[in-house]
Amino acid sequence: MEENIIEMLNITKVFPGIVANDDITLQLRRGEIHALLGENGAGKSTLMSVLFGLYQAENGEIRKDGKKVRINNPNDANALGIGMVHQHFKLVGVFTVLENIILGVEPAKVGFLNRREARKKAIELMNRYGLKVDLDAMTEDITVGMQQRVEILKMLYRENDILIFDEPTAVLTPQEIKELLQIMRNLKNEGKSILFITHKLNEIMEVADRCTVLRKGKSVGTVVVAKTTKEELSRMMVGRDVDFTVRKAEKDTAEEILKVENLSVESHLHRNYAVKNVSFDVKGGEIVCIAGVDGNGQSELIYALTGLEKVARNSAAYDRHERKQKLTEDLKGKKFGEKFLLYFGYARENIADNARNFSKKFSASAKRITRRAKAVFMRKNENNETDSVYGRIMLCGKDITRSRIRTRSKTGLSHIPEDRHKHGLILDYSLEQNLVLQRYWEKEFQSAGFIRENNVRNYANKLIDVFDIRSGQGTETIMRSMSGGNQQKAIIAREVDKNFRLLIAVQPTRGLDIGAIEYIHKQLVKQRDEGKAVLLVSFELDEVMNLADRILVMHGGEIVGEFRPKETTVEELGLYMAGAKREPRQ
Amino acid sequence: MKNRNLKFFNKDNFKTMFKSKGMNNFYSALIAIACGLLVGLIVMLFINPLQAFAGLGNVIAGGFSGGTEGIANVFYYATPIIMTGLSVGFAFRTGLFNIGATGQYTMGMYFALYAAFMWQNVIPGKLLWVVCVLMGLIGGALWGIIPGLFKAYLNVNEVITSIMFNYIGMYLVDMLIKNNGAMFTATQQRTKIPPINSNIPKMGLNYIFPNTNINGGIIIAIIAAIILWVILNKTTFGYELKACGFNKEAAKYAGMNARQKIVVSMMIAGSMAGLGGTLMILAGNSNIYEPINQLAANGFTGIPVALLGMSNPLAIVLAGLFVSHLQRGGFYIQLLNFSPEIIDIIIGVIIYFSAFALIVKNLLAKLTAKNKGKPKKQKSKKLSAQTAGEQ
Repeated sequence: MEENIIEMLNITKVFPGIVANDDITLQLRRGEIHALLGENGAGKSTLMSVLFGLYQAENGEIRKDGKKVRINNPNDANALGIGMVHQHFKLVGVFTVLENIILGVEPAKVGFLNRREARKKAIELMNRYGLKVDLDAMTEDITVGMQQRVEILKMLYRENDILIFDEPTAVLTPQEIKELLQIMRNLKNEGKSILFITHKLNEIMEVADRCTVLRKGKSVGTVVVAKTTKEELSRMMVGRDVDFTVRKAEKDTAEEILKVENLSVESHLHRNYAVKNVSFDVKGGEIVCIAGVDGNGQSELIYALTGLEKVARNSAAYDRHERKQKLTEDLKGKKFGEKFLLYFGYARENIADNARNFSKKFSASAKRITRRAKAVFMRKNENNETDSVYGRIMLCGKDITRSRIRTRSKTGLSHIPEDRHKHGLILDYSLEQNLVLQRYWEKEFQSAGFIRENNVRNYANKLIDVFDIRSGQGTETIMRSMSGGNQQKAIIAREVDKNFRLLIAVQPTRGLDIGAIEYIHKQLVKQRDEGKAVLLVSFELDEVMNLADRILVMHGGEIVGEFRPKETTVEELGLYMAGAKREPRQ
Repeated sequence: MKNRNLKFFNKDNFKTMFKSKGMNNFYSALIAIACGLLVGLIVMLFINPLQAFAGLGNVIAGGFSGGTEGIANVFYYATPIIMTGLSVGFAFRTGLFNIGATGQYTMGMYFALYAAFMWQNVIPGKLLWVVCVLMGLIGGALWGIIPGLFKAYLNVNEVITSIMFNYIGMYLVDMLIKNNGAMFTATQQRTKIPPINSNIPKMGLNYIFPNTNINGGIIIAIIAAIILWVILNKTTFGYELKACGFNKEAAKYAGMNARQKIVVSMMIAGSMAGLGGTLMILAGNSNIYEPINQLAANGFTGIPVALLGMSNPLAIVLAGLFVSHLQRGGFYIQLLNFSPEIIDIIIGVIIYFSAFALIVKNLLAKLTAKNKGKPKKQKSKKLSAQTAGEQ
């Protein structure tokens, strides 16, 4: 047990302006779960990248089983049995899940891919570890949570002995985390060694044997988890005592800022609606949390609100789906004649629906055209109500159901997106260019189409100071080279420092450390206290309970319950999230 | 106090980074060129070992071995490939691969020719060439905008449409020219010589290079490059274009109209190629067009020029001049009984190696890091390592 399988001795890794790892020693014993704890930018990811061969250290050496090894690239690491689940997934979007799992170790017979064997092995792994994934789904179509599972399966498929988990629980629900931790224990019992990078102290206390704490690129020490406490660990990590609770004054809510009525969004994954007939509102001075398990329509709802996705027609398709489900239930155990009648009724209703829907659509577009004509010819700009076929999104009293993204942004919408690399940032742009991404067209930053570079730089410097964004080369830093936490800080700085009434934040703390989370929570509460409306989507119930003034639970694309955090419990929310309970539909 | 330190540190850092990045780009280009010349030398050694080194000398000397006339020819032949290079490079920055520069080039040329022949009596005097240039821009833009529309609104890959439009454009132009008696001389199977008024003026260059082919086209090309550079780097429009090129989703998130950007970008790219065709045909050396159903080579040469110039408009000017210089060298090695195709081999190898620029850069950064032993000098390595990691 005491034998070290991997030793990283006196590792030093320097990046421009930052010493990412300063003389760090890490020893992983065979068959233990070793946690690596530290704030963002403390050097955890860098250290693991050195071990995985993505970076080469300037100083220090790596030993496996006591023998010195050189790891120049991930292939070397794989050959040594080191597998890694990255924080940002390394998956091929246009491959199916199965193809991604076997990527690089494809079982082949005379050059032909043997999918059947691969599938068999993948299914066996899926069953053994309870990691259910649709093997034939396109990877880019599945949710972040599912992609995480693919990454874990990939590693398991390669039968690696040393497993690095880079913040694996950040995207999972409480239940899934429990399962994952169980998996990790199983793996440990099978003799595998695990390096577990995280900043969630609960998980470390629950599963890890030992824990090495990093702070600002230096190793603070390695402790045996059984002999320490959460408080001590957090003190080691942050260097001071951390306040876990969010302080929040009671506040009266002001006027309604966002009002959503009968909103539906089509799904890209299946022929059904991702969001079905959702109605809710958000008032100034309150934080409304949307809780739910990943993939229950939260992302699509936010896309529709922010304009990244079109609002679907609230048409027959939805009713039709319901009806079809009812039909399949009704059909059970019926005789042929009865079945026929049922089918007949079903078809008739569908046809009637189509006709009704068509006339609705037709009259709606006729209405729209007359309204436009009125606006043009009679200079009458009514604050129009939208066509009844679509749902309605009202922001600050203005209908934005079918507005452009820029119009929404001008009307007072700020959006901290779920995927900061896909939506939030242009990674090849510099920090300053990213900081003006939502405002570059304003008078302050351009005149006659030319960018006012001095103003941009001054503004960026101001934000960097105020929001404490840390980077290697100041405003000129290329976004790609910044740490995840600082990238997120940049987005928050950009979205909060503009004229807005509603802030939509989707998992703003995903993959961040305690210090950064505390910071972001404070920012959200600050906006609320200033009378802004905040709509927060989070998969972490602790966060939801801590921050929310009101909680909406989503399941299967519908809002199944509304709660106030003081009047409910995590367990009750969990039941609603899982779909075991729901409030009667209005 | 702490803050001031930090700022100073950053500024300093930035300067060194900029320096080392630029230098690395330059070095990697030099290495690619050296590799290309080496391969050219090897080929020549196989063909004619005795003359090989003399041939290499000719290639390196390029246009200079022809004296004033040679240098003037470098500029003269560089003009159209700079324009097509700008076309390809500009589209690259918006994330589009405009392989249709040839078609746009031919189309622009046709529009300019049409104006020159058909309107020569309508438009007074020297104004004719200005109108021709404008028509060339419009013709190229028209042929660029169609693949752009397909891409933006129907999500058809621009590579496929623009290749197809190369052929459609070429055959269309050939057909139109053959059917137009005012432009075409059937006995010689070529267009007539464009009227004098439609020729691009010399713009004073004939005083520097007397009695040569040179004309104001190269000046127009350089002005176009500067305008594109300003658009890309100084305007909000360029900011939007590049944003769409780097990350379309994020551009959409920021409220930019990605579709419109694609169309406009293809339009500008097309107009640049069209201008290239115009500047070629109206160069004032009795240039003619033969409708023999062949795609214009200058359009395709634009792709390596854009690659060599790393899609930076100003660098594309230099790349175009360099490629033209080599091509002149290819012209002169014919005196040594080598075929000028060796130049195409050399250019091909150079492009091939500049595609490895990242690897070369990494290698260089590693070498410098080892030599200097200072952590400060590692910026570019880190950046490229980071990109490699992200991929």
